[in-house]
Amino acid sequence: MDKQRPDPDQLLAAVQRQENNQHRGKLKIFLGMAAGVGKTYAMLESARQVKTSGIDVVVGVVETHGRAETQALLTDLEVLPRRPVEYHNTVLQEMDLDAILNRQPQLVLVDELAHTNAPGSRHIKRYQDVLEILEAGIDVYTTVNVQHFESRTDSVQQITGVQVHETVPDTLIETADRIELVDLSPEDLRRRLAEGKVYTAERVEVAANNFFRLGNLTALREMALRLTAERVDHQLQDYMQVKQIAGPWKSGERLMVAVSPARFSERLIRWTRRMAYNLEASWLAVYVDTARQLNPSEKDGLARNLAMARKLGAEVVIASGENIATALIDLARQRNITQIVIGKPLRSRWDEFLTGSLVDRVIRSSGSIDVYVVTGDEPAQPGQTSQARLVLQTHSNWRHYAYSLAIVTAISLVDYFALAGIGYQAIGLIELFAVLLIAVLLGRGPALLAATLSALSWNYFFIEPRFTFAIYRTQDVILFFLYFGIAAVAGTLTARLREQEKRARTNAERTMALYTLTHELAQALNMDDILKTALSQMSIIFDADIAIILAQEGKLNPAAHPLSTLQLNEKEYSVAAWVFENGKPAGRFTDTLPMATAYYTPLLTPNRTVGVVGLTPHQVSRFSAEQEILLETFIGQVALMIERELLDEAADQAAMLRKSENLYNTLLNSISHEMRTPIATISGAASGLETEQIRLNPESRSVLVQDIRDSAERLNRLVENLLDMSRLESGRLQLRMEWCDAAEVIGVAVKQMEKRLAKRSLLIQHDPLTPLVQMDFVLIEQVLLNLLDNACLYTPAGTPIEIETRLQSGRLEITLTDHGPGVPEDALEQIFEKFYRIPNSPTGGTGLGLSVCRGIVKAHGGQLSAKNIPGAGARFSILLPASNPPPVKESAK
Amino acid sequence: MTSGPHILVVDDELQIRRFLRISLEANGYVVDEAGTGQDAIVKSALQRPDLIILDLGLPDMDGLEMLKRLREWSQIPVIILSVRDSDRDKVGLLDAGADDYLTKPFSTEELLARMRTAMRHARPEEKPAVVSFGEIQVDLARRSVTRRGEMVKLTPTEYALLRLLIQHAGKVLTHRQILHEVWGKEYVQETHYLRVYFAQLRQKLEEDPTRPMFILTEPGVGYRLHI
Repeated sequence: MDKQRPDPDQLLAAVQRQENNQHRGKLKIFLGMAAGVGKTYAMLESARQVKTSGIDVVVGVVETHGRAETQALLTDLEVLPRRPVEYHNTVLQEMDLDAILNRQPQLVLVDELAHTNAPGSRHIKRYQDVLEILEAGIDVYTTVNVQHFESRTDSVQQITGVQVHETVPDTLIETADRIELVDLSPEDLRRRLAEGKVYTAERVEVAANNFFRLGNLTALREMALRLTAERVDHQLQDYMQVKQIAGPWKSGERLMVAVSPARFSERLIRWTRRMAYNLEASWLAVYVDTARQLNPSEKDGLARNLAMARKLGAEVVIASGENIATALIDLARQRNITQIVIGKPLRSRWDEFLTGSLVDRVIRSSGSIDVYVVTGDEPAQPGQTSQARLVLQTHSNWRHYAYSLAIVTAISLVDYFALAGIGYQAIGLIELFAVLLIAVLLGRGPALLAATLSALSWNYFFIEPRFTFAIYRTQDVILFFLYFGIAAVAGTLTARLREQEKRARTNAERTMALYTLTHELAQALNMDDILKTALSQMSIIFDADIAIILAQEGKLNPAAHPLSTLQLNEKEYSVAAWVFENGKPAGRFTDTLPMATAYYTPLLTPNRTVGVVGLTPHQVSRFSAEQEILLETFIGQVALMIERELLDEAADQAAMLRKSENLYNTLLNSISHEMRTPIATISGAASGLETEQIRLNPESRSVLVQDIRDSAERLNRLVENLLDMSRLESGRLQLRMEWCDAAEVIGVAVKQMEKRLAKRSLLIQHDPLTPLVQMDFVLIEQVLLNLLDNACLYTPAGTPIEIETRLQSGRLEITLTDHGPGVPEDALEQIFEKFYRIPNSPTGGTGLGLSVCRGIVKAHGGQLSAKNIPGAGARFSILLPASNPPPVKESAK
Repeated sequence: MTSGPHILVVDDELQIRRFLRISLEANGYVVDEAGTGQDAIVKSALQRPDLIILDLGLPDMDGLEMLKRLREWSQIPVIILSVRDSDRDKVGLLDAGADDYLTKPFSTEELLARMRTAMRHARPEEKPAVVSFGEIQVDLARRSVTRRGEMVKLTPTEYALLRLLIQHAGKVLTHRQILHEVWGKEYVQETHYLRVYFAQLRQKLEEDPTRPMFILTEPGVGYRLHI
C-alpha cells in the first residue's frame, strides 16, 4: 500500500469523527497513575478558572475523601444534590443523572469515572452516565486512574498483583477531547502518603507497603505516560489526516482473533484490541461453530466473550465448520486478514496433545498471514471442561446407558444360541452392527460402553477358548483389537455425524425462520399485518413474549401494539422510552437499567427510530451469541418493513392530497365561471331597471325582472348542487329513508319546475297500484329536479318530456325521456362524471348535476343510467330497490 | 290613514329585513323589525303584532326556544323562514305551534298568500259549511263530497283527512299533526299511511293525480290544501 497517499476511507472516518464531535459535549479526562496524585484538585482548579470566563459550571459529583485542600476548592461552585439510593440497609448517595440533564449546564464535573452505580440506577457504571451527559450536549470534566482502563487491567494485575474490578472501556480515552495527565513522581507521592494527604492514618501503612510500593508506582506512572502519549499520537494522526499532511501512514492491517468459551479468551480479545488500536487496524472476533455441543456455562462464557469483543469494537463473526483450523484460515482469506491471533493456554500434556495440533495446523496453512500465538497463565478453572473430558462427556443420560447395556446383553444372548449356525466371526459383525445402531440412537457414551462390553463378551463367550478372556489364535487377537478399535471409532464418528446433522438442521431451521419472516413481511398488506407477522414469528423463534411499540411523528406511542404478547407496566414502559430516546438497547441482559423484566432494543432505520421491541424469553438465561445475531437481523428486517409501510402511507397521502387539490382547482374554476353568468345578468338587469327608459316601459321591465328571478334560481340550484356534492364526497350524506309514493315525488318536482315546463307537454305515466318504495323524499326530488333542469336546458323549447314509472323484478324504475338531440353514444357514461360537459353544448349547467344525481341514487342502493331512444331523444333511468311496504289500516276514530 | 295589519319581522340579516319591509309596506302592512330573539319577544309583548315572520337562523336564541316561550302567552300567527336543509327544524317548529313556513329563496307572492291564510285562520270567524275547489264541492254539514255534481265515495278515514285539510285550508299541516288528528297518538310515526291515503284522495278528487292542483305535498314537512 502506498504509504504516502492517505486512504480515502480513513480520511472520511477522520472527518466524520470531527463532525460528530460538534453535537456532543466535550470530555476532558484528568488522568493519574494512582490515588492521591491530585486529579480531583486539578479538575476543580480548572473548573474554577473556566467559571470566571462565564461558563455555567456545576458539580455533578466530587469525592473529597476528607482532604481539606480539595474541599476548599468546592466553595463558590454550584453543587447539585446527590440522589439517595437505598441498598441493603444503608443509603448510598449517587450522582443524580436526571438532575444534571434537566439543569443543562454547559459543563459538569464528574469525579471517579470508573465508579459502579448502586443497583436501581439507570446505568450500571458511571461512565455510561457520562456518555449520556455528553450525548445531551453537556461538557464533562472527569477523573480516572490508569489502572481502570480495560486494556490495562491485565498489566496492572501483573505489576501490582491487584485485581482491578471497576473498569472503563478504552473508547472513552479515544473519544475524549482532551486528556490532562496529572503527574507526580513516585517519591513525591509516597511522601504525600506519609504526610497523610492521601489516606487517613490507619490506611497509610497498608497502602505504603502494598499498592504504593515504589516499583509499582514507577510502572504505573510509565503506563499513564504511555497512554497519554498514544492518545496524543492519535490526535496528531487525525489532525494530519484532515489537513492532508503527508506523514507516516499506518498500513491497512486487519486482525482476527479466535474466540472460545474459555475465560482465557477475554485476555486474547483485549490483547488483540490493543494491537488493533496501535496498528489502527480493524479486527474480527471469530467463533468457529463445530458439531460439538456447548454446555450452559460454556454458552454463557462464549456469549460474554463475544459481547465484550463487540463492545470493544470488533466485528463479531460466527463461522461454522468441521475443522477449526480450516474454518479460521478460510475466513481469514475471505476477509483479507493480515494477522491471526490464537491462544494457547498452558494445560496438561494431554490437552496440549489435542489442542497444540490446532495451533500447528493454523500456522502451517496460514500462508502469507501472520499468526500470533498468545500464551495464557491460567490453570483450567472448575467451570471449564478440557478437550479430553469432552470426548467422553455427552448429553446422554443414564437411561441411554441402561438401554445400551440391555441391547448388548440381548444380542449376546441371541448370538449364544446362534453360534452353532453362523460362527463367531459373523457374530462379531452382528455385535458391531448393534454398536453402530446404538451410536445413532443413543449417543456417543452408550456407544462406547456398548463397544467395550460387546468386545469383551465376544471375546469371553465366542472366541476360542470360550468362557475365558484368553485368545488362542493370533488372527483372533488381531480380530479382537481391530473390533474394539472399529467399534470405538465408528461409534464416535456415527455419533458425531448425528450431531452434525442436528446442527445442520438447526442452521437450516434458522435460515428458514429468517426466510419465512422476510417472505411473510413482504406479503403484508398493512401495518397491522407486518406487526402481526413480526410478533408471531419472533415469539416462536425466540420462545419469548414480545411487545412492539411504534412511534408516531417522532414520539413513542403510549401503549404497545394490541397484539403484543408481553404486557408493559409503567416502569417497563419508561425503559422502552429511554431506549427510544437514546437509540441503544437497554433492560435485562444489558448494562443499562438491567433490573427490567424484558430486553428492549430500538427499531432503527437509516432515517429514524420507528419504535421499540421488548422481549422476555421464557427460558431464563441470556441469549446465545447466535440468537443475538439472529435477533439483530430480525429486528433490522422488521424496522425496514415498518419504515416501508410508513413511507407507503406518506406516499398515499401525498397522492390523495394532490388529487384533492386538482379537484379543488377544477371546482373553483367551474364555480367561478358558473356563478359569474347569473351574477352578471342580475347586475346588468338591475342597473338596466334604473334607467328611465326601461323603468317606464312595462314590457322591458317585466323581462328584466324575469331575468333576475331566473338567474337567482340558477344560483340557488348551483348552491344546492355544491352542498349535495360536498356531502356526498365527505360521506356525510344522510338519507332519511321512508316509504314514499313515486308519483308524489314526481308531482312535487314537476310543480317546482312549473314555469319552465309551461311551454312543453309533459306526460306522466304511473300505475296507481304501484306500491310505496323506500327513498329519501327530498333527495330523490333533487334528482328529478336536476334531470328536468337538464331536459329543459338541452332540448329545444317546446319539445315534450315523458316521465314513466314501472315496477320490474324487485326494482322501481323511473324514466325521464326527452325529444332532444340525445347524448353522444361515447359519452353516455362520461356525462355522470364530475365537471363533464358535452362539447358544444349550450351553457347553463355546472357539469355537477348528473354526478350528484348518481351519487344520491347510488346511496339508495340504486342505479342511474342514460341511453338514447330512437325516435325520441335521451332517456335517463333511475332504478331503486323495491320491497314490500307494511300494511295500512283505516282509522279507528 | 288606515293602517293595515301589524307585522313583526324577525331576522338577523339587514337586507332581508329591508326587502321584506319594502314589499310588505307596499301592500299596506305596517312593519316592525327585530334583529335578535330577545328583542323579538319584547316587541311581541309590547306591540302585539298581528303576525310574526320569524327567521330560524337567529344568533342569540334557538328558534324553537323562542316559539315555545311565545306560545306560553300568545297565539299570534308565526311564519318561519328557513333554508332547504333544516327540514327537521321546520317540522319541529310547526309541531310546536308555528303556522306556516317558507323556504329561502322565496317569492313575495308566496309570502303574502301564506300571511293572509295564517291571519285568516287566526280570526275566530264562522267557517263556511260548504267549500268548493276546482270541480269539487264539499258539504261539511251533510258530510257529502261531489265532483262535477256526482257523488264521490270516500271512506271514513279519507273523509276525516279531507275535513282536516279543509279546516286548515291554505295552511301547512305536518305529518305528525295529521296522523295525530286522524289516526291517534300511537300512529304519529307511520308516514306511509299518509302516502297511501293521500294517493287515494288524489285519485278520487284531482283531475290529474300525478299533477295535483289542490292537495299539495310539502316535501319533508307535510301536506297543504291549496284553495
